[in-house]
Order: sequence, then C-alpha cells, then structure tokens
Amino acid sequence: MTLRSYVTSRVLLMIPMVMLLLTLVFVILRIIPGDPALLHFEKGVDPVVLAEFRTRLGLDKPILEQYFDYLWGIFHGDFGISMQDYQPISTHLFGRFPATLELSIYSILFAVLLGLALGVKASKNYDTTTDHSIRLFSIVTYAIPVFFLGMVLQFIFSIWLGWLPTGRRFPGRYTPPPTITGLYTIDSILAGDLFSLVTSVTYLILPTITLGTILCGIFIRFTRTNMLETLRMDFVIAAQARGLSNGTVTYRYALRNAFLPILTMIGIQFAALLAGAILTETTFSWPGLGTYLVARISRRDYTAIQGTVVFFGVLVSMLTLFVDILYAYLDPRIRL
Amino acid sequence: MALIEAKNVKMYFPVQRGFIDSLFKGETTFVRAIDDVSLQIEKGETLGLAGESGSGKTTMGRLCVRLLKPTEGQIIYDGEDIADIRGKELRLLRRRLQFTFQDPTSSLNPRLSVGKAIADALKFQKLGTPAERKEKAEEVLEKVGLSPASSFYDRLPHQLSGGQKQRVVFGRAIIMDPEFVVTDEPVAMVDVSIKAQLLELMLDLKKDLDLTYLFISHDLATARHVCDRIAIMYLGRVIELGDRNQVYENPLHPYTVGLIGAIPVPDPKARRSEAIPPGEIPSPIDPPSGCRFHPRCPKCMEKCKTEDPEFREVETGHSVACHLF
Amino acid sequence: MTNALRIQDLTVEYKTRRGVARAVDRIRLSLEENRTLGLAGESGCGKSTLGRAIMRLVPYPGQIADGNIYINIDEDIPCKEGDIPKGEVDITELNEEQMRVLRGKEIAYIFQDPMTSLNPMLTIGSHFVQMIRAHDPEIEKEEALDRGKEVLEGLGILPERVTDYPHQFSGGMRQRVMIGLGLVLRPRLLISDEPTTSLDVIVEAQILEQMAELKKKFNLTMILITHNLGVLAQTADDIAIMYCGRLVELASVENVFEAPQHPYAQALLLSVPDVTKPDKKLVWIPGAPPDLVDPIPGCMFNPRCPMAMDICKTQVPPLIESETGGLVACHLYGGK
Ligand SMILES: Nc1ncnc2c1ncn2[C@@H]1O[C@H](COP(=O)(O)OP(=O)(O)OP(=O)(O)O)[C@@H](O)[C@H]1O
Ligand SMILES: Nc1ncnc2c1ncn2[C@@H]1O[C@H](COP(=O)(O)OP(=O)(O)O)[C@@H](O)[C@H]1O
Ligand code: SF4
Ligand code: SF4
Ligand SMILES: [Mg+2]
Ligand SMILES: [Mg+2]
Repeated sequence: MTLRSYVTSRVLLMIPMVMLLLTLVFVILRIIPGDPALLHFEKGVDPVVLAEFRTRLGLDKPILEQYFDYLWGIFHGDFGISMQDYQPISTHLFGRFPATLELSIYSILFAVLLGLALGVKASKNYDTTTDHSIRLFSIVTYAIPVFFLGMVLQFIFSIWLGWLPTGRRFPGRYTPPPTITGLYTIDSILAGDLFSLVTSVTYLILPTITLGTILCGIFIRFTRTNMLETLRMDFVIAAQARGLSNGTVTYRYALRNAFLPILTMIGIQFAALLAGAILTETTFSWPGLGTYLVARISRRDYTAIQGTVVFFGVLVSMLTLFVDILYAYLDPRIRL
Repeated sequence: MALIEAKNVKMYFPVQRGFIDSLFKGETTFVRAIDDVSLQIEKGETLGLAGESGSGKTTMGRLCVRLLKPTEGQIIYDGEDIADIRGKELRLLRRRLQFTFQDPTSSLNPRLSVGKAIADALKFQKLGTPAERKEKAEEVLEKVGLSPASSFYDRLPHQLSGGQKQRVVFGRAIIMDPEFVVTDEPVAMVDVSIKAQLLELMLDLKKDLDLTYLFISHDLATARHVCDRIAIMYLGRVIELGDRNQVYENPLHPYTVGLIGAIPVPDPKARRSEAIPPGEIPSPIDPPSGCRFHPRCPKCMEKCKTEDPEFREVETGHSVACHLF
Repeated sequence: MTNALRIQDLTVEYKTRRGVARAVDRIRLSLEENRTLGLAGESGCGKSTLGRAIMRLVPYPGQIADGNIYINIDEDIPCKEGDIPKGEVDITELNEEQMRVLRGKEIAYIFQDPMTSLNPMLTIGSHFVQMIRAHDPEIEKEEALDRGKEVLEGLGILPERVTDYPHQFSGGMRQRVMIGLGLVLRPRLLISDEPTTSLDVIVEAQILEQMAELKKKFNLTMILITHNLGVLAQTADDIAIMYCGRLVELASVENVFEAPQHPYAQALLLSVPDVTKPDKKLVWIPGAPPDLVDPIPGCMFNPRCPMAMDICKTQVPPLIESETGGLVACHLYGGK
C-alpha cells in the first residue's frame, strides 16, 4: 500500500469515528441525564424563566432537531452557548486552548525524553540494580495521583524554597506577550521579549514536571520492553559484529526501530495527556481548558461541558491520526 | 485409474491491496500460484513435489485435498470432480484426504495437549464418544511411535522435541483412516540425525494403512529416498515429471538439471559439474513470456521467448515442458 | 604455517533460570591460515555459541566462563583505548573498545537469517557507510558509498540499488549484502553461521560459489558453521564435529567423510541422504542429546552410543590424536 492511500483511508476512517464520538457525547450528556434545563437550576425555578431559558438555548426543540443543530454547529466551529453566561462556548474554548496546548506540548516532550532516556538506560543495563530502580520509578510515577505530586512539588519548590510560583500562567501585574500563537513561550520569542520568556518558563516548570512525570512511567516501560526486544534482534547483533560503536548500535539501530511502536504509544497517550492536563491545571490554577471544564462542571453548565468534551474528543482523534501518519511516513516498509 | 487427478488447475490469488487502492485503480492483479497444472497421483504411490520456495508446491498440495478451491480446472477423486463441492460433502471428504502442515510447531495449539489435539480431529468430524476418541487417539500415538501413549497423551507441544511434534502431526492426519495424505515438508525442521527415522515411520504407516502420499519437499536428496515418482515445479507449473530414476539420472529440463546439480553431495570427492542457473525465481505476479524459465536458461532459443512449451511425454512416464524435447 | 586462530579450553555458559547450561565445554582447536574449518553437529550443540564467542558477542545470559581465544594480527591496530600490537593476541583480554575495532575489520561474522540481519530502517548504502566510517571516521561518505557499490557489484548486485531498503531485496540478495558487508574491510577471519540454510538450493550453490571465489581473492580464513554435511563436503578443508558443547572429532574433510573415527560422527554421516546414492540405507541416531542444564557424567554420547563401555559412563574421554591424523574424543581410542 502506498503512503498516499494509507493516509486517505486513515482519514476516511476518522469520519465515522468522530461521528460516533459526537453522538455518544450527545446521548450521554444530553439525553440520559434528563432535562438539562431542570438539572441546571436544580430546584424551584420560575416556569417563565425556565421557558425563556429553554428557548434561548434551543432546548425546546424536538430532540432530533437539537441533535442535528448540534452536529451542524460543530462542523462550523460552533459548540453552542453556555448555560451560565449565554456566551458562545467556542470563544472560551479557543481562548483557553493555547494554555492547555502549551502545557501539553512541554509535558509530553518531557515525558518522552525522560521515558526514552531512562528506558534505554534500563534496557542497556538489563537485570542490574539500575534496571530495577528505573522500573520501580516507572511504576511509582504511574501510580501517584497527579494532584498529590503537584502539591508535593508546590510545597518544596514554591512554599519551602520559594524558587517557583505556585500556580497560574503569568503574574497578574504584568501583561503577557502579544498573542500570536497563544503559547506564551513562543510569543515571547517572537516578540523578542526575554523577560516574558523567562517568566513564562518559570510558571511552566512545575506543571510540566508534574504532568510529564506522571506520563513518563508508561514511556519508560514501553521503551524498555521494545529496546530489549530490538537489542536481541539479528540486525542489532550483526551491527555489533561489524564493529559499529555502542552509541550507533543503541541509537541508530536499536532505538530507531524500537521507536516506531513507541510512537504509536505516544499517540495513544494523548487521551491520558489531556485527562492529566485537567487535573494538573486545577492543581496549578492554570487557565486552560481543564480549569474551564472543572469550573463548568461545578456550575452544572451542561452545554459548556458538552462542548468541551467534544472539543477534547476531536482533538485526541486528530492527534492520533497525525501520529499514525507519521508512523507510516517513518517506516520505509510502508513509505513509498 | 489415478486416485487423484488434477486437470488444468489454476489457482490465482488476488494481490492484497488497500481498500482505497482498489477504488482508484480498476483491475486487480493476481499471484499466479498455480497456472495450468495437470497431475495424476496413482493409488499407493508416493509422488514427490519439488522445486524452489514460491514455486507453488504447498498451494498444489492444498488444492489436491481441497483446502483451497481452484480458480479454474478439475480435481478428480475416485472418478468424481471435487473442485466445486462444499458443506457437508466437503467435510466428509476431509476424512479421506489429509494434509500435514509445513511447520509442526505452529500447527499445534501450544495450550492443547497433544493427545487431545489428535482426538479433536475426530470431534470435528462428529465421530465417537469422548471415551472412544481418547482410546483411538492413544492407539494412534502408539502407532506413530510415541509410546507409551499414556505418558505422551497429556503433554503440551513445548514438552516435545521437533521430531516428536512431527509425529503428533502425522498422528492427527491418520486418525481418520485417510486414503491420501499430503505431507508438506515433513522433515524440513528436524535434525538430520533423526530425519531417517521419521521417513521410515512415514513409509511404515503407508504400508500399514494403505496410504497414498504427495510428498512436498524442497530437499531433493531426501525426496529421492522416499518417492516413487517426482514432479518438479517452477513458477506455478510442473515442468518435469517422471519416475525417480528418470528424473535424477536423466534430467531433461534445463531447470531440473541445474536444480539437481546444485544439491550439495556429502562426499568431498564429488565436485559439482553442472553450471548453476544464474539469477533468482521471478515474481509469479507477472511471469516471463514464453517459457517461464527462459531468462535464466543456458539453452534458451529464440522461440523460447515467445512460445510456451507444451508439457509432453518424451519417454514412457517421463514428461517435460521444454522446446528442446 | 601460522595459525589464524587458536582456541584454548574455551567454556561458555548460559545462566538460565533452570540452571547453568554449558554450551561450549573446554574446546581446544587451532585453525591455520587460508583454510576453511567446517563446524558441524546437531542443533543446540553449541556451534553458534562458539562462533559468537570468537566475536565476544555471546548473547545474554551467556558468558565466556573460561579459556583463551588467540587471533593473529599482521599489523599494529590503533585504538583509542590501547593500541593492539601485531602478532598473536588473546581477545579475551581486550577491552570493549579494542574488541569493537577488531570486529568487522579483522573478524567478520555472517548470520543465518538474511531476512532479519539488516536494519529495516536503513538503506543498503547506509549500512556500508556506517560500517566503513565506524572503523575510519576520516573517510568521506561518498567514498564509503563507492566502496560499498564496488563490493556489491562484485557480488552481482546493481550498484544503483544502494538506495533501496532491505525489504526490497530477496533473501539471496540480502545474504549477498551481508557477505559484502562482511568483506568490505578485508578481514582475515570470516565466521559464517549457517549462511545458506534458509535459502533455496540454487541460490545456496550460487552463494557458496561466490564465497569460495572471495575466499581465494581475499586470502580469507573461514569458519563455516552448518548442520548440512553436504555443504561442508563441498566447501571445507577441515571439519570439527561438536556434540553437547564438546569437540568430539576434528580431521580433514576427506578423513571425516571416509574414515570417521568417533561413533557419533559415524552415525551422523550414515543419516545424511545423498542424492547420488538412492540405495543408501539411511540410519538414525536413537534418542536425543541430553539436556545441557542437566549434563550426564562421562561421555555425553554414551546413552545413544552403540559402542558404549563402562568407562564411558564415568570418565570424560580426552581429545587425543587419531590414527588418521586428526583429533578424536572417545574411549575406543588411545590404547586403554
Ligand atoms: N493465500 C495466498 N495469498 C496470496 N498469495 C499466495 C497465497 N498462498 C501462496 N501464495 C503465493 O503463491 C506462490 C506459491 O506459494 P506456495 O506456498 O505454494 O509455494 P511453495 O512452493 O510451497 O514454497 P515453500 O518452499 O517456501 O513452502 C508464492 O508466490 C506465494 O507467495
Ligand atoms: N540466549 C540463550 N539463552 C540460554 N541458552 C541459550 C541461548 N542461546 C543458546 N542457548 C543454549 O546453548 C546451547 C547451544 O546453542 P547454539 O550455540 O545456538 O547451538 P547451535 O548453533 O549448534 O544450534 C543450546 O542448548 C541452547 O539452548
Ligand atoms: S523451453 Fe527454452 S528456455 Fe525453456 S527450458 Fe527449454 S530451452 Fe530453456
Ligand atoms: S566414549 Fe564411549 S560412549 Fe562415547 S563415543 Fe566413545 S565409545 Fe561411545
Ligand atoms: Mg510451502
Ligand atoms: Mg545455530
């Protein structure tokens, strides 16, 4: 199969997947719980207010019509309006998305780099104390709750040592760099603003380490297993027998081949990443999608919850798609 | 009358393509695994089927026992065309025609005891009660030399050596009292020191149970020791067929000559005389025109490039497909 | 004549969960320059382990437990971590970096399965470039590639195919590439482990013929490991027969085939089918070799040996000179 047809079929396959996702979210959040308007107000509300509320949100229409309105809206980037403030949800989503994206990118980078480094180290030292300690570390990080690790780090580095801020993305008394990408680090570089860059980095460090550490356990273990397998393969031993240096054999031969399955793992981990982001953001008051979602859940803002979940869902499917295509591109057996 | 006869059999496998490729590009391409083969297997004989990897030996064997349905052509068993039968009739046919797979390790379920693996063959055919099946399976274990049966019945495949696994595979084939067995590379995976033992077991079983064999092998030296007649395959065709002495002492087709000349002889004084054919076997998707062997043939003539040589008998019982004859 | 290789009391052990398996048991042999030594025996008798030990690449959990391996080097070899002087060198004494320098340059190794011994992520050309540059970083990439092309051309592969990936080559072509990689640095000793076992007879014959030509051209000393005695009869000068990790017979090819001394060697030869002798009555060796983790006392072959005596069950037969001028380890010989 050529790369082109692989990409085409993979993209076509995504359509039914996303449709299924959208429908599931609609069924779970809109139909199963009962009348969202009543749930929103909880108890005793004036029927007139209720009726008006329903009309503004389109909740008075037949359920099927609501469903099609919902789909139609999403294809136009319209995620409905919030029950809370009657604002379009998309404004919030797009406004907060860069914050989540920035945290996610650095966290996954941290997790992957640490995971690869430790995984390779463990596999090269198979069945030694180094190997056992790294494995233990990977299991521990996988088991620690996000907020616990976040709070421990906050306690040590912010409260006790006072080196880093406890939360938020940027100090309130300064203005963040002018928005171009919405990622503060990138924007400060683009604006040539060293102060903003340093500031945004100091704010990023703790949440990144927290989320990255939680994610890296699985990468360590996956890298280790794949490396162990690859290091035993004939072509790796053949490379050693040709006198290639240890580094070349480990990285150019073994890791490069072990990396393909790891890449798939990264794709699968995006869902975990976003779930982790929600908790990390809450711990560090990071003004991203996660804090938004948590705030809306506490206000019973069903439309906003639905919009955010859909947004996350579509994002995860697109990232997975991207990783799959990257995989196909990197593997010469698929690439043409 | 031949026990099994293949008449102008073809087996084309569509080339695996992605769903999208098949939408964009109209026609499908085919692997011509078997391309017009006629073959007769006489009752009571051992017919060898030899040739390089990918020449179609396994495919031909599977067609003969109807594990595959030919794209075209007839397979005649006991005077009846079985190419198109299906369902219950096909299931009943399986009792009479058996096939042993190339790799004994992967053809045995690693979690099923070997005794049960043999007994299950009866279960699939809905024969006997569990007790009867077990009894029969133990009898078969003894017959294939895994004795005492009680000590082998409950063993898992990984507790057996390669040769013992191959015995189990034979046992599974003979429990149904078949008439015809295709053995696909039965001794390819076992050590030379026990090869002869398995071959002798095969011949003993043949005598005791009145079997007819199609013996598939790429090892021509072994084939010579077991087969009565031998068919040489090249790229989906049988290109030479004869009595084993005819084929080995007087090979006619230039490919057979090269193939036999290439066999390493365990005697340091015997030096290779024949030139080895250059190159490798081409793709069966788009076989060469005319004689399929012509790009590698040392005796290739003009006519060979365009005209497909007919497979004909040149002396009693010895047929060849080559313009030289 | 000088010895290209001399092995003394080499013992290699695998420490497995079931116990220690001695895959190579006090082997002593020497190999004269420009000769081909065939190494034969049943599967699992330690042929590959011995070959890998000479490269000092015994797979985990294996380890050279004892003994020395001397190879003859005809010029001083510079190395970052201690130059290697010319003359006889004990490679069990060398450090990892010194060993790396020797691999591929002085000793080359060809593996059994050509389908898995090339890196699927690298082009054929890159294999050559990386190997050549691992031994001489001064060489330009283009020059290394040209040398690769030249070698491939000599083996009948079109030079423009260096940009292809391994999966685009057939098994026979891949094995030619492996041979090319083995010979590109002109090593003196070539160890090939079942180089043609997974290939068809015609391709096997083609490759053996090419190897014989190259051996002459490059003055190679060869160790050919195979269980196919037919192949050995056609290619080897001397044959060593191993049984359960021990050397049981070593003699010239003519003597092994005509007057095998050891009962195991005799039985092995009788079991080989010969296409030129249709009436040869094939015999087999009853039983199976003992488990290496649970070795038996005395001569390891005694339960299967038709000539076994009482002494065979208690004392290990020493390797002594045989009547035919070779070596044999059996109590039938040596006047006792
Ligand atoms: N199910 C299948 N789908 C597509 N192609 C197939 C299939 N089975 C076999 N082929 C192709 O048909 C040709 C003949 O295959 P077959 O397995 O019969 O060869 P063989 O002679 O038994 O080889 P070997 O000695 O390697 O076992 C090969 O090119 C093979 O790739
Ligand atoms: N990686 C390994 N771990 C444990 N045992 C091994 C390993 N590799 C080989 N062995 C054992 O060492 C013995 C010799 O194996 P090997 O050298 O591969 O034999 P040969 O090449 O003659 O077939 C066998 O008993 C085998 O099971
Ligand atoms: S028909 Fe021609 S090309 Fe084919 S084998 Fe005979 S001589 Fe060779
Ligand atoms: S030492 Fe004894 S058992 Fe071993 S091969 Fe010689 S005669 Fe047979
Ligand atoms: Mg086959
Ligand atoms: Mg081996």
